[in-house]
Amino acid sequence: MRRSNWAIPYFIFLLLFVLLPLVMVAIYAFQDNSGAFTFDQFVKFANEPESINTFTYSLEIAMITTVLCLLLGYPAAWILSNKELNKSSVAIILFILPMWINMLIRTLATVALFDFARLPLGEGALIFGMVYNFLPFMIYPIYNTMQKMDHSYVEAAQDLGATPLQVFRKVTLPLSMPGVGSGVLMVFMPTISTFAISELLTMNKVKLFGTTIQENINNGLWNYGSCLALIMLVIIGVSQMFVSQDDLDSDEKGGLI
Amino acid sequence: MIKKMLAQAYIWLLLIILYAPIIIIAIFSFTNSKVLGNWTGFSTDLYVNLFTGGVNNSLIRAIQSTLFIAVVAATISTFLGTVAAIGITKWHGTKKKIITFLNDIPMLNPDIITGISLFILFVAVGLSQGYTTVILSHIAFCTPYVVLSVMPRLTQMNPNIYEAALDLGATPWQAFRKVLIPELKGGMVSGWILSLTLSIDDFAVTLFTKGNEGLETLSTYIYADARKGGLTPELRALMTIIFVTVLVLLIIINIRANKAAKKN
Repeated sequence: MRRSNWAIPYFIFLLLFVLLPLVMVAIYAFQDNSGAFTFDQFVKFANEPESINTFTYSLEIAMITTVLCLLLGYPAAWILSNKELNKSSVAIILFILPMWINMLIRTLATVALFDFARLPLGEGALIFGMVYNFLPFMIYPIYNTMQKMDHSYVEAAQDLGATPLQVFRKVTLPLSMPGVGSGVLMVFMPTISTFAISELLTMNKVKLFGTTIQENINNGLWNYGSCLALIMLVIIGVSQMFVSQDDLDSDEKGGLI
Repeated sequence: MIKKMLAQAYIWLLLIILYAPIIIIAIFSFTNSKVLGNWTGFSTDLYVNLFTGGVNNSLIRAIQSTLFIAVVAATISTFLGTVAAIGITKWHGTKKKIITFLNDIPMLNPDIITGISLFILFVAVGLSQGYTTVILSHIAFCTPYVVLSVMPRLTQMNPNIYEAALDLGATPWQAFRKVLIPELKGGMVSGWILSLTLSIDDFAVTLFTKGNEGLETLSTYIYADARKGGLTPELRALMTIIFVTVLVLLIIINIRANKAAKKN
């Protein structure tokens, strides 16, 4: 048998269990209960203040989380990758470690912390929990990019008389942008699509878009649920276009193990 | 000097905040109070209960299902992905672009979309949901990572040695077993480990594909438990064990990687 044929079983598997399910979501989104073609699901979404509000609120929370992770994570990644400031590799392992622990366990740990400190659960807990869950995913790709950076550029800038601030603005920051791109994506994507976490962190007080989708699917409203899932997919697709594929290839997939 | 101290202080402050919740859970896993934060004296009851089944059996069953699903899904994914990677390196042009694109989808798709889309597929074709559907779904999101861990080894290896084996009279199966597998072993092992952790870690996809015949994995069990209000106290012991295991594994991996780097 020719070696190129060896990929055929997996190709068929991909068609059946990756492509076909997504196509079905797209078809369901444009159907009514009886299976006829319709835009009703989208009209329903546009006319339901609750869905729209949950949607914009989720976007807002995802953006706040991403910005906070970037503000906290960028300096951390910079310090960790700087050999003058940090020599040990212990700190970076400690930052990566939470990535390997189940998301629900980490969320419940946050709930436990808030209970322990007698702080109320709600929006504050939600944002803290999200930042806590996703900060490692921001730090790691930025750290990776900075580590691979050629240090002689920084030295050259210093030799040519640039102030530390100028070196950072003109050399370090532009060179670390690919890492920032994948970091933002790796935080934004899971936060916008999150569900369950918000219920636990806010005692069901706050609902996110992911939860709305889950509820509709669970209640048997598959067409409407599919429509909402398709809207989320479009958002994710658009946000991915801002980050070039090469950055993802080098940072997200490589070196996680 | 001051700059270095400030930098170190920032890093450790961030780490303390990140680890505070885990440390609190670990401390309170050694007391048997129902409510977290209430210290009723040192006790290892929670750990004992976890292993002797003093807890309701459903937690033990959930752990068993999680491990069973992970091992089966990781093993099938490793086989499927390795064979696929061998074939894909021989594909070119548009065909290759299509299969690489399809292979990327499960990695870029959010879990909830993967879960819902598979749920809709299984319902539409009338497949009853349980172990089979969960394992199929886990294979779907694990195999791409296997393909990506095996591919680099294939491009690095000398293509002639496989042909040489065939020329010397080996059957393709023999050449696969005796030549390709030893060359690809490293990639297959990391693909298997990655699949195993992804499968154990998964929550969203399992939740949508497990059906309602009582199948629970650890994640879905914890979710159901947390939604009921109180968290089973034994889970604190379990979380501590998981945390320590992951910590030890990562340290070992790191030490081995450092040694390998020094050798080179």
